[in-house]
Amino acid sequence: MTSVAHTDSVHSAHVLDEARIRDLFPILAATVGGKPLVYLDNAATTQKPQPVLDALSLYYAAQNANIHRGVYQLSQDATQAYEDARAKVATFLHAADPAEIIFTRNATEGINLVAQTFGRSTVGEGDEVVISTMEHHSNIVPWQLLCKEKGARLRVVPITDAGELMLDEYESLLGPRTKLVSIVHMSNSLGTVNPVQRVVELAHGHNIPVLIDGSQAAYHMAVDVQAIGCDFYVVTGHKLYGPTGIGALYGRRHLLDAMPPYQGGGDMISSVTFERTTYNVVPHKFEAGTPHIAGAIGLGAAVDFISGVGFGAIAAHERRLLDHATAALSAVPGLRLIGTARQKASILSFVLDGVHAHDIGTIVDTEGVAIRTGHHCTQPVMERFGVPATARASLAMYNTTEEIDHLVAALTKVREIFG
Amino acid sequence: MSDLRELYQEVILDHNRSPRNFGPLEGADLRADGHNPLCGDRLSVALKVEDGLVTDVRFEGSGCAISKASASLMTERIKGQTIDETRVLFDRFHRLVTDQAAPTDDAALGKLAVFAGVRAYPARVKCAVLAWHTLRAAVDDNHKLVSTE
Repeated sequence: MTSVAHTDSVHSAHVLDEARIRDLFPILAATVGGKPLVYLDNAATTQKPQPVLDALSLYYAAQNANIHRGVYQLSQDATQAYEDARAKVATFLHAADPAEIIFTRNATEGINLVAQTFGRSTVGEGDEVVISTMEHHSNIVPWQLLCKEKGARLRVVPITDAGELMLDEYESLLGPRTKLVSIVHMSNSLGTVNPVQRVVELAHGHNIPVLIDGSQAAYHMAVDVQAIGCDFYVVTGHKLYGPTGIGALYGRRHLLDAMPPYQGGGDMISSVTFERTTYNVVPHKFEAGTPHIAGAIGLGAAVDFISGVGFGAIAAHERRLLDHATAALSAVPGLRLIGTARQKASILSFVLDGVHAHDIGTIVDTEGVAIRTGHHCTQPVMERFGVPATARASLAMYNTTEEIDHLVAALTKVREIFG
Repeated sequence: MSDLRELYQEVILDHNRSPRNFGPLEGADLRADGHNPLCGDRLSVALKVEDGLVTDVRFEGSGCAISKASASLMTERIKGQTIDETRVLFDRFHRLVTDQAAPTDDAALGKLAVFAGVRAYPARVKCAVLAWHTLRAAVDDNHKLVSTE
């Protein structure tokens, strides 16, 4: 397949070959209103490279059959491709065992799965769940629902003016009532990269399990769930240059084994009578019904693609972009960056004096620049910084310094209009 | 640039910089809060009404230029109108910003006609109509929180 040749050649370069990478993403050749697309909304979703598109197309054209069911060859091949994808994701996240990877719809479903199974069987009245101020709504609301149902309490770790987790406050929140910690690896609205290893270490000192939301981190840096030491880790495929509608939950085997099932249906059972159902083993216990087979295979292709490019090259390239963007944006009169953590990656959230983020978004769009404006599903972060909304440029491996300069030039147009 | 000037007309920029009838209204008879969750815009509209006539109206809140100017110009336009007339204006304004075929010079809308440019930016319609939905909630269903999502 051509995709393999593509990734091999990219891999052999060691340093990221910008032009070659961009060529692999068909959408990057698009124009918006006659202007070249400058896609800087990667924290919302990343674009898809040809190897992922090929894998999806190949599956439907040549491999389509339901999995874990047929005795015929085609079904066995589809099953093999689906389980190979699971193994690829396990390798990508450095999980000890592919059975520790559960395919979900997205990171949100991964968190909800843990809340509804582990959470409901572990958290009781008067217990506490610890999250942080910088969580995405998807790592707030599932715990709120759980706490409401159980009469438990949600505790929130505060953040500094730079957007960093206050570790002393975090430590003081941990206690005998704490049943779970759920913290984001990298903030989607601030770019902060949290010291997740330390977060886990402190919680484990009290025997408290930890979930890490890796939605943003997993496409910017190598993730090793065993080195982090976390008990659960969630990712979403569409931010990993993969398809929408597929994500993965990593969970430690002994926890997954002990957890009740999430949804009931086919594939998650060993045997069913009207009196009694025996559940299947992990990971199948948590994958009721026909899953997103093509999506899983596409995600497998996506993590292969990322590994082919290599996080060394990706991180170095994105660091160069971030430094360039930080300097260029800071030089824009009246611009204030929101989120200035010492450890941050690939996200630039900002406000402009006298101009609402939404107006910025509309104006730069007329120059072909796609950025996100609003609260980014992190309303508590907006409240913490006293802003109704921010404009956010977020970077991926295919972005260039020229694109950042294009954004900065588009911002001068904002000033021309708003004065 | 010409397209953008259609959206960000001088009148809109002026009302964004210096919104009219902005601030709390003591002794209001009707009030509602509006929220556009997509962009975080929040505003409240408060009215004094005598014999079915809007004698005073003010708004508070934060939002983008389009939502703020829309609220400001709306308050100017509806002062002195009957409640029923505000409902008619709501419909005309809604048509102005959403209907590609609607006239761009509806005399009844007065200065509000500057918002005709919004129809070319579907993502911004919610901003333009937030104040109007909030007004409608205030006159139809006092103390309601409305959302344009």
